[in-house]
Amino acid sequence: MWKKGLTLATASIILASAAVNVYAASGRDYISIVGSSTVYPFATTVAEQFGKTSKFKTPKIESTGSGGGMKLFCAGSDIDTPDITNASRRIKFSEYEKCQKNGVNEIVEVKIGYDGIVLANSKAAPQMTLSKKDIFFALAKEVPDPQGGEKLIANPYTTWKEVNPSLPDTKIEVLGPPPTSGTRDAFVELAMEGGCSKVDWIKALKETDKKYYKSVCHTVREDGAYVEAGENDNLIVQKLEANPKALGIFGFSFLDQNGDKIQGSVVEGELPTFENIAAGKYPVSRPLYFYVKKSHVGVVPGMTEFLGEFINDKAWGEEGYLSDKGLIPMPAEERKQFAADVVALKPLVMSK
Amino acid sequence: MQAEKRETTMDRVSKGLARRYRRERWFRLFGLSAIVTSVCFIALLFVSIGANGWSAFQQTEVLLDIHFDKEQFDVDNLSTANYGALVKNSMQALFPDVTGRSDKRELNKLVSSGASYVLQKMVIKDTGIIGSTKKIWLPADDEVDMFLKGYISRDVAESARRLNDKQIGWIDQLVAEGRLEKKFNTIFFTAGDSREPELAGIRGAVAGSLFTLAVTLLLSFPIGVATAVYLEEFAPRNRWTDLVEVNINNLAAVPSIVFGLLGLAVFLNVFGMPRSAPLVGGLVLTLMTLPTIIIASRASLKSVPPSIREAALGVGASKMQAITHHILPLAMPGMMTGTIIGMAQALGETAPLLMIGMVAFIVDVPHGVTDPATVLPVQIYLWADSPERAFVERTSAAIMVLLGFLISMNAIAVFLRRKFERRW
Repeated sequence: MWKKGLTLATASIILASAAVNVYAASGRDYISIVGSSTVYPFATTVAEQFGKTSKFKTPKIESTGSGGGMKLFCAGSDIDTPDITNASRRIKFSEYEKCQKNGVNEIVEVKIGYDGIVLANSKAAPQMTLSKKDIFFALAKEVPDPQGGEKLIANPYTTWKEVNPSLPDTKIEVLGPPPTSGTRDAFVELAMEGGCSKVDWIKALKETDKKYYKSVCHTVREDGAYVEAGENDNLIVQKLEANPKALGIFGFSFLDQNGDKIQGSVVEGELPTFENIAAGKYPVSRPLYFYVKKSHVGVVPGMTEFLGEFINDKAWGEEGYLSDKGLIPMPAEERKQFAADVVALKPLVMSK
Repeated sequence: MQAEKRETTMDRVSKGLARRYRRERWFRLFGLSAIVTSVCFIALLFVSIGANGWSAFQQTEVLLDIHFDKEQFDVDNLSTANYGALVKNSMQALFPDVTGRSDKRELNKLVSSGASYVLQKMVIKDTGIIGSTKKIWLPADDEVDMFLKGYISRDVAESARRLNDKQIGWIDQLVAEGRLEKKFNTIFFTAGDSREPELAGIRGAVAGSLFTLAVTLLLSFPIGVATAVYLEEFAPRNRWTDLVEVNINNLAAVPSIVFGLLGLAVFLNVFGMPRSAPLVGGLVLTLMTLPTIIIASRASLKSVPPSIREAALGVGASKMQAITHHILPLAMPGMMTGTIIGMAQALGETAPLLMIGMVAFIVDVPHGVTDPATVLPVQIYLWADSPERAFVERTSAAIMVLLGFLISMNAIAVFLRRKFERRW
């Protein structure tokens, strides 16, 4: 038995190393994509369509988060690094620099559309009408002293009515993503900072002490009113159903799928509907991107064709299959411009 | 002191008796309630998963009269012909009074986008059907499926559902004509992952899990048994072997994500192995299961009575003969049990696989240990995170499949122990 075991182990190690050698010699015959979990549902839809309608293999898509994706993407230009990375925010200058340093010199930036971030609650409760300022005062860790003066105090508000007399007299209870999430970053930047800058003296800080300004506007309270509910948006939807008093923060596609159970809150007078986000009226929406390694185009089979599938109007257009999945398409003009950049493989140039 | 006041031993015993009985009852009750609570939780888990998931084993299909129009085909376009048009034409024939571009679009949404791939496969398999008209059951869209299963109520306002009143009217008509029925969901067991719930299946994940476990088993069982035999039968007792022993026990308690990081650093970055491959997954899980197997194997070697060892040596067997002919066969059931339990643990692991790229969308079913693949628990995680309503039931169904695998593996472990274990 034990002899057999030894033989088996040796055989399997030999087999395994042989397999790796074969792999290394043949290169890669499928596209490898990494990056944001927000872009994941859209990128996978295109990949699947591409795999079924072309002679190429279906691309492999890993859900690593925007930051993790950039790290892998910028690690080098070898064939075993990813060809494309998805991001729910624009590439940072530090990441761009790292890419350049590691020999990933030419990156093509493609914006694919927009994603709305919604505040929603159960249909059993009344719909909320909020302004960005209400959101900031309800969720920031420190708020300006209601007594007046340019002073910050720990957030004293416990009910929505205290924040704004026109809001219902219910406890502030918001379920949202943890700090590692791109959705949280975007929410903080668009909604909270938007409300924060309505306070004149804080806005003035932006010029004088930018770091302090950011920490004031971007810090979410930790006293239990904001509940970090994990990355799983389905879970938040279920919790909202069970607790009609709570509000949840998540991507538009989850509101779109669960319209019979939950309702989006009005923000700055606009409802989070497909039309409002597409028209740029709804204030809390962010662009989604992917980045292509130009040196892999023409090396990994199917790259040009895959990009072609993505920038086709039947995918990212107003009536494309991505809009069925909840992606908010860009205006025709913007689509045309990005499509032209993709066809020309125009590399991104960033400066500090 | 008076005589009647003097306590005998019996008096003292019987005084405390009631209290002792009471404490005994409480003790038993405590144990019993612990078991009842845990059984309740398990029952709750199974019931909620079962209630959510059973409906995923059925999928709504729609019966269409597909006319394989000769015009659409020629010799070299069998795979690229416009199969979508065939489906659209037959829907149009069923509802001739639907006109207008947007209405037609709404109508065609009732059939899954995967219907055209079904037709494509049929034509490639048998080109003889070109020109004929056939009645074919095709998958319906996931929204229709959810509606028929009762997850979407027709009572809510039109704007709050993803099916509008017209579409519901068409669905009712199809149901009345017997063209829309729930059938056994074969796609769920034969397809790889998909973004369309009605086309998504677990075959890719199951194949990935099997490849990964095969690598794990092939490596960890021989290495684990060899380590255990050496440590138990040959190694001298000194500070070094103590150190090794402490480290093996420590490894068993290391969080699995650490093994993932190790795999990323060693197998991917140093050895340059491919990302997302079951081979690397298997190697990482081998590291994770080795301590379990070594500890179980050593325990079962220890339980072989020394008399057997001594008798073998006494009749002139060499040490190796004693081990391979007598001790190992007797210890094998325990070793196998430990191995199967380790494998069952490895089957349910996701954290270490995250680091080596196995948390990925992979449509093609893997055919070898270097093909990109994902595993069952990862598939469950990815589906649980998907916005589409129909993935909720599929998530639960995939959990049921995973639990099925785990229960059968544990049952095999119990069976092996019962069947081969020798007691002395």
